[in-house]
Amino acid sequence: MVIQAKNLLSPQLNEYIRASADRDIEVDALFGQRYLACGSSGRHFILRGTPGNGLGQYLNGSTVEVYGNCQEAVGDTMNEGTIVIHGSCGDACGYAMRGGSIFIEGNVGYRAGIHMKSYLDKAPLLVVGGTAGSFLGEYQAGGTIVVLDLDGTGTPVGNFCGMGMYGGKIFLRGDRLPALPDRLLVREADAADRAELSPILAQFCDRFGLDQAKVEDAPFHVLTPDSANPYRQLYVTNIV
Amino acid sequence: MSLDYIYPPYEVVRNAQRCVDCGICIGQCATGVHFRDKKTGALRADESKCVDCQRCVCFCPTHALKIVPTDNAFRNNGNWPARTITEIYRQAASGGVLLSSMGSSKDYPIYWDKLLINASQVTNPPIDPLREPMETRVFLGKKPTDVRRDAEGKLICDLPPQLELKLPILFSAMSYGSISYNAHAALAQAARDLGTCYNTGEGGLHEDFYAYGPNTIVQVASGRFGVHTDYLNAGAAIEIKMGQGAKPGIGGHLPGKKVNGDISRTRMIPEGADAISPAPHHDIYSIEDLRQLVDSLKVATNYQKPVIVKVAAVHNIAAIASGIARSGADIIAIDGMRGGTGAAPTRIRDNVGIPIELALAAVDQRLRDEGIRDQVSIIAGGSIRSSADLVKAIALGADAVYIGTAALLAMGCHLCRTCQSGLCSWGIATQREDLVARLDPQEARRRLVHLLTAWDHELKEMMGGMGINSIEALRGNRLMLRGVGLTQKELDILGVRHAGE
Amino acid sequence: MVREGNVRIPSGCAISGLFSKKGTPVSGDRIVRSIAVMHDRSNGLGGGFAGYGIYPDHKDHYALHIFYDSQTAREECERYLERYFDIINLSKIPTRKMAAITDEPLIWRYFVAPLPHRLSDSQLDEREFVARRVIRVNSSIDGAYIFSSGKNMGVFKAVGYPEDVGRFYRLEDYEGYCWTAHGRYPTNTPGWWGGAHPFALLDCSVVHNGEISSYDANRRAIEMHGYRCTLQTDTEVITYILDYLVRRKGMTMEEAAHVMAAPFWDTIERLPAEEKARMTYLRSAFSSFLVTGPFSILVGFEGGLMALNDRLKLRSMVVGERDDMVYIASEEAAIRVIQPELDRVWSPKGGEPMIVTLDKDVKGGAPA
Repeated sequence: MVIQAKNLLSPQLNEYIRASADRDIEVDALFGQRYLACGSSGRHFILRGTPGNGLGQYLNGSTVEVYGNCQEAVGDTMNEGTIVIHGSCGDACGYAMRGGSIFIEGNVGYRAGIHMKSYLDKAPLLVVGGTAGSFLGEYQAGGTIVVLDLDGTGTPVGNFCGMGMYGGKIFLRGDRLPALPDRLLVREADAADRAELSPILAQFCDRFGLDQAKVEDAPFHVLTPDSANPYRQLYVTNIV
Repeated sequence: MSLDYIYPPYEVVRNAQRCVDCGICIGQCATGVHFRDKKTGALRADESKCVDCQRCVCFCPTHALKIVPTDNAFRNNGNWPARTITEIYRQAASGGVLLSSMGSSKDYPIYWDKLLINASQVTNPPIDPLREPMETRVFLGKKPTDVRRDAEGKLICDLPPQLELKLPILFSAMSYGSISYNAHAALAQAARDLGTCYNTGEGGLHEDFYAYGPNTIVQVASGRFGVHTDYLNAGAAIEIKMGQGAKPGIGGHLPGKKVNGDISRTRMIPEGADAISPAPHHDIYSIEDLRQLVDSLKVATNYQKPVIVKVAAVHNIAAIASGIARSGADIIAIDGMRGGTGAAPTRIRDNVGIPIELALAAVDQRLRDEGIRDQVSIIAGGSIRSSADLVKAIALGADAVYIGTAALLAMGCHLCRTCQSGLCSWGIATQREDLVARLDPQEARRRLVHLLTAWDHELKEMMGGMGINSIEALRGNRLMLRGVGLTQKELDILGVRHAGE
Repeated sequence: MVREGNVRIPSGCAISGLFSKKGTPVSGDRIVRSIAVMHDRSNGLGGGFAGYGIYPDHKDHYALHIFYDSQTAREECERYLERYFDIINLSKIPTRKMAAITDEPLIWRYFVAPLPHRLSDSQLDEREFVARRVIRVNSSIDGAYIFSSGKNMGVFKAVGYPEDVGRFYRLEDYEGYCWTAHGRYPTNTPGWWGGAHPFALLDCSVVHNGEISSYDANRRAIEMHGYRCTLQTDTEVITYILDYLVRRKGMTMEEAAHVMAAPFWDTIERLPAEEKARMTYLRSAFSSFLVTGPFSILVGFEGGLMALNDRLKLRSMVVGERDDMVYIASEEAAIRVIQPELDRVWSPKGGEPMIVTLDKDVKGGAPA
């Protein structure tokens, strides 16, 4: 099913999609329509234009491919599935996501991957080809975030990267590291890290037609938290 | 042990004449107060560990035990009461943020106790609820603004999604993690027996409890623990938790030691890892963002579920509620500052927010001033302690109330306020298996059903006394209330007259 | 109901703006189409626009747009204006009757120049003279409210959705090199049009998305300097802070932005020495004007436009460029709908102002 979205409001568009029996949904000329593929499972979306906020929120297994830039709250509280963005993405991308993958060819805004978490076989993945804004991986509790800075700006992330992080892992490509908060452990990627990274990069490069060897041919830093219980020492019991 | 300057605040008094040396107290104490003297075998008590949970007192077969406040005293000082001095000692020793449990114990005004309820005499007959119909069923949700008809002139009767309750009392959000499996089982079953709802809190929904979906409110809080499409579709309504009366403006934190296998599965996080709920929802930084979250939840559940937005009662609660009413939410839950919690920083619990009575009155009035009261229902919570509080809340303008502390008390809680220790001797606020086993879900369920049935009956008695036989006729009926001992300002905010007027 | 000004009404919102660096006139219709895309970000309780370069025939006169509750208020206000200004031209602002826009006040426009002897007697510079008259009318003439007072620019606002407000004011009949727009989502019913955005004083206009948490600290600080926050809105206090810092203290817009959205001390610590000293000075010396809480604002001024996010960037904001045109909006979709092809798209960082001005060779360009 192919839908021309130009003059459709979000509720109309989502109703057309919901009512369709097709597995494959293609939507053209998007201008900010919200909640596309929200909670969706078992479908394949191709979206063109500028989808609105809440794209793939609670996504539950569907695949979403976007040709254009995305706005805020992409993959918010996502559980399973894949979002591929041939473009850049706004703020709070992948907030609280628990599973599935988001691949962004360009840049991502503030607070990407905030409070991502993993559980058993669910390990969320967020890969950014360009750079990320401040507060990348804030409160991150699990999963993997990779920022590649393929244009070599030298500043893959903004300020406060990994603030309050207590699980998961962040890979940053490039030789320069930003100022990082306390309680983060930083190391150059070792062989084991690279082995973990390689299949992720393979997927990313495959999606966007990049030469994996070139992408891998750069230093990577790995950020992990120093504790899964960061606030254990913060409180004192006061029975009143 | 280092010197902490803190003398035990309670003393264990063991009546030697009554004590039969059975040692049940040793087994019952979750904090290890009672023990036998290694040399003599005599029963002793380490009072520094006593939290006055009353477990040993209740289980002593000969009533030989009582726990009494110590009469040890600091030199008397009006400006520096013992509580304040002790808190400074605690912080000086630890460098920690003071952390307390349950609702504020400070003696802020309780407006419920300064409101009196009306009854009919002569001009209007009271009604006897035992022998006359008396309705307390409520439908929570948005009401339509326009009457619509089909081509043949017949009414189109579809309503926005409603939450139907047999009585205007719901169990408020308490997560699995903050309370035990058995406590959740009791709440779920009692909600079903009573035709009302319990609330998952921010802890996900245990697989065993999906069966109680029609009596479940599933919560979406900032940590999004256990939130996925099946969960959202499982409940009768979805609650977005923006805040909590006991700790407005801050998030939550379930320590990793409480995240055992079952809780880890339900929250969908690794065992032993902390579960941190951020202070804000990071997709809501503004009122139009709330609309976005409400809409996204509606889309994800195909517009079948009413959405509740729960907020703490704070200074400009009326404006906030008005914004929520315009955000597409169906129900607003307001939680007053005396509401309970598993753990909250003491300073926030005791100093942030406003009492529910004032918040409720202000919100109801504001929504009426703006002509949008019918666009949302209101649930009031934050220390509803009796059916009298319930009647007063509804007369001030609530559609229904949330109870949390009262429900815990029904299950055996003695308000010792040490939930954060995870050593609840009553099996409620604990995950330790032996302690959880102390709470019999069937017994707790019965007690919950008893409590609400009794309150419902009392509610009907008071309604009948006022000559009202349907709960809608009480809602917002502030002429049925009069204040005693309140200032004019307080009366104005509550929108009630003084007794005698 | 308590009128805005007697009660503080927090609001959320959508904003959009466009700017031609070459000074090319753009029809108001375009900004209306842009803001309309973000319909869901407002709730029909306020919308408005500011256009720059829209009054070329009167570019040397102050254009006063005024709401009146009654003819009496109009007469009183006109008597007051005549005492201080030469009124070159006056008329009702043309509007279109629309079902979606109701309860309109009387809406008048005056092109005025200060009376020379009044101005010289006052010993004030011209702009200060005009600003004081505007503040005076708004705080003391009951039922009269000047909501626009700059040269060659104008504010148009009402209670309603912004796209309806734009049609109501027939914005397609105006052309300007810069437009800003606002859709409001207040948490209350503002019965009054004055509370809508943009808020403006002289040529400086502000549209804003968010709710600042520092409001009363900022308000009490700015009121020390002769301003009166009669609306209790965030935009009002932000406009006055900018007016104070830029017009009265002689800061650049960029410096004023670093006062309002100062970097964190952590960040300042890491700056090169000279920059560190500058930021430390701005933050310390004007600490009462640090604005916290979520905001994204567009500030229109003569010959320029500034976009600024709070330092945590709690609101979304996207900038797009195409040839000499710069577009800024809360959502990229609002840009794409009027300019699908962009040379460049990016999101400014929190606290980092994005300032665009007319090219130097453009008449009216090269501002301070």
